Amino acid sequence: MSKPRLLNREEESLPLERELLVRMHDLMVKARVLEERLIQMYKQGHGYFWIGGPGEEAFNVPLGMLMKKGQGPAYDYLHGHYRQSATMLALGEEPIGAMRQMKNVVTDPYSGGRNFAGHFSKREWNIAPVSSPIEIQYTMAPGTALAQKRHGGDGISIVTGGDAGTAEGDFASCLVWSSRKGNELPVLIIVTNNKWGISTPAETQHGETHVADRGKAFNMRTKTIDGNDPINAYLELKEAMEYVRKERKPFLMEAMVSRLYGHSSASGANMVGNEQDCLTVFEARLEKHGILTRKEMDDLRNRYSEDMAAMARQVIQEPMPGPETIWNHIYAERK
Amino acid sequence: MANMAQAVRMALHYAEENLGVTDIFGEDVGAPLGGVFTATQGLKTAWNTPLDERGIIGMAIGLAMAGAKPVAEIQFVDYIFNTIDLLKVAGNTCWATNGDWNLPMVVKTPVGSGIRGSLYHSHSFDATATHIPGWKIVIPSNPLDAYGLMISACQEINPVMYLEPKALLRIKGEERIPGEPDNDKLLSKMIDAPLGDRSQWKPQWPALEAYAVPIGKGKVVRAGSQVTVVSYGRTLPLCKKAADDLAAEGVDAEVIDMRTLWPYDWEMIKGSVEKTGRVLYVNEDTEVTNFGEHLVRRTVEELFYKLMAPPRLLAGKFIPGIGLADPLEMASVPQQGDITAAIRSLASEQP
Repeated sequence: MSKPRLLNREEESLPLERELLVRMHDLMVKARVLEERLIQMYKQGHGYFWIGGPGEEAFNVPLGMLMKKGQGPAYDYLHGHYRQSATMLALGEEPIGAMRQMKNVVTDPYSGGRNFAGHFSKREWNIAPVSSPIEIQYTMAPGTALAQKRHGGDGISIVTGGDAGTAEGDFASCLVWSSRKGNELPVLIIVTNNKWGISTPAETQHGETHVADRGKAFNMRTKTIDGNDPINAYLELKEAMEYVRKERKPFLMEAMVSRLYGHSSASGANMVGNEQDCLTVFEARLEKHGILTRKEMDDLRNRYSEDMAAMARQVIQEPMPGPETIWNHIYAERK
Repeated sequence: MANMAQAVRMALHYAEENLGVTDIFGEDVGAPLGGVFTATQGLKTAWNTPLDERGIIGMAIGLAMAGAKPVAEIQFVDYIFNTIDLLKVAGNTCWATNGDWNLPMVVKTPVGSGIRGSLYHSHSFDATATHIPGWKIVIPSNPLDAYGLMISACQEINPVMYLEPKALLRIKGEERIPGEPDNDKLLSKMIDAPLGDRSQWKPQWPALEAYAVPIGKGKVVRAGSQVTVVSYGRTLPLCKKAADDLAAEGVDAEVIDMRTLWPYDWEMIKGSVEKTGRVLYVNEDTEVTNFGEHLVRRTVEELFYKLMAPPRLLAGKFIPGIGLADPLEMASVPQQGDITAAIRSLASEQP
């Protein structure tokens, strides 16, 4: 592990402004409530499959907050994976979209009812379509990054995936293509390490001490960070992004995170008891430092729960895509 | 006249100058080599990549997402198979996002037998490519079509798979590409990289013109009334020669060059088969689950009562590879004699 930020055990004050902390907390709660609502929809039969990111909010919220949102090479591209809902909400996305995708209704903004939950896509914000085959997004990030390097400005390409997927050759592809001598690319290569590949513990499959160490062979900056601490994640991401934006070179960041509901509905989508909950820990800190009271935090959670319950009720009334729509959009047509 | 490799090169030059092509890349695609078949020599946007086919396809997808216009090369189609899921993703991106994203990208790759390429430089890809929805798939059989199809491919806003029959890449055309000089030696002097040190070499491009072969349009290369022969790529010139030779025997064969495998020109095939009542589909991919089998099925389902004989398929043998020794390759994929015999036999078949 590279040197962690020195956080005094008895920290006197939190190193971010109150407003930012409150916003971060708000988004983390919103994302957690959304995922729990999606899981509930699945368990009530309002969806065939759930996969998402509860447990990764402390990392994924800051990521979304720090992204440069917009369309085209002047802005950041996100080549995400299916645990990215908190990032989407932090970017300003409405939670109802994820529910619509869960229920696979015609109004699903990401795929029109065609794809699994958590498979976001939004061209207007450079959110590349999430796909199920593990790690393929790592081959694409250098492509958008090359266009960005050529375009000028400070837009970067961000790619995320899990630790298990780094066993795929596509992860190596990303390291190779991002770090070619004289042709380095502005890619922020992120691995959210939850220490699992579905049911398989990482330590039974990986010999490297840290996934991030693999970047060293390619002469890129790397760091393994605590991704369960949103303040730390925010500061580390900010620093890494500034480097990639300015130097136009890659950075490999490994964020240690939790997986609170297992892999997906395929493994039951039940709360696990043995992983650190980033939200619980963060709330204790916020309370301790007088940023928010317990009641304020509970009220917020209840408000989101009610809002999203209402959204879900609306979504389950919405129509399915018609069978004739299978023929739509096989090819793009000139407008 | 230009050969097919020169035609592809000139089309790519036209495309990078006029059609917004930003990147032509792959293994050994840039200077000094300019491609193992010379098809990318002297191009200003050509560059060399790591030896990583998945990286190449991923790069193309990423570039296309970010508003660039990539033409990616897989050096031999035999090495494309480890990218199949990326090709599927490129093909499904528009559909999977309900029309939100589209990927204007071209993947070019040499296919087929004919250069004594043995097991791993002789594969065909038509059956596999036509099994991946969302792509447009073209395959020229002569330099002029190679030029015109590449122009169309570079104008597309969807992924296009450009299959280059490697046996034909060095074959000169019979028709002039608009803008190429009449003198072959002069053309070579202008656009072929010299042997030896090329560091100072710059091509002198002729004043090329826009000439597009529309994607989805076949071509009747020989009109006939008795039997229809439908082919593409390496076997197309063999079919044409067979039909010409058989004319002396009184066999009147119509030969269609598909040029595009998807979306293909069914109207042209259908019109011809309705006229002749007999059809032979010829390609060199292995014959089980062959693209020609789809054409046979469609022929049976839609044209059954117009047929005078069963629709036939002449294709490669269903074996694991193409052996290096001459007799092995000859026996594995359709050759001139096989095609001539198949047309002759079908033409005389009576109900």
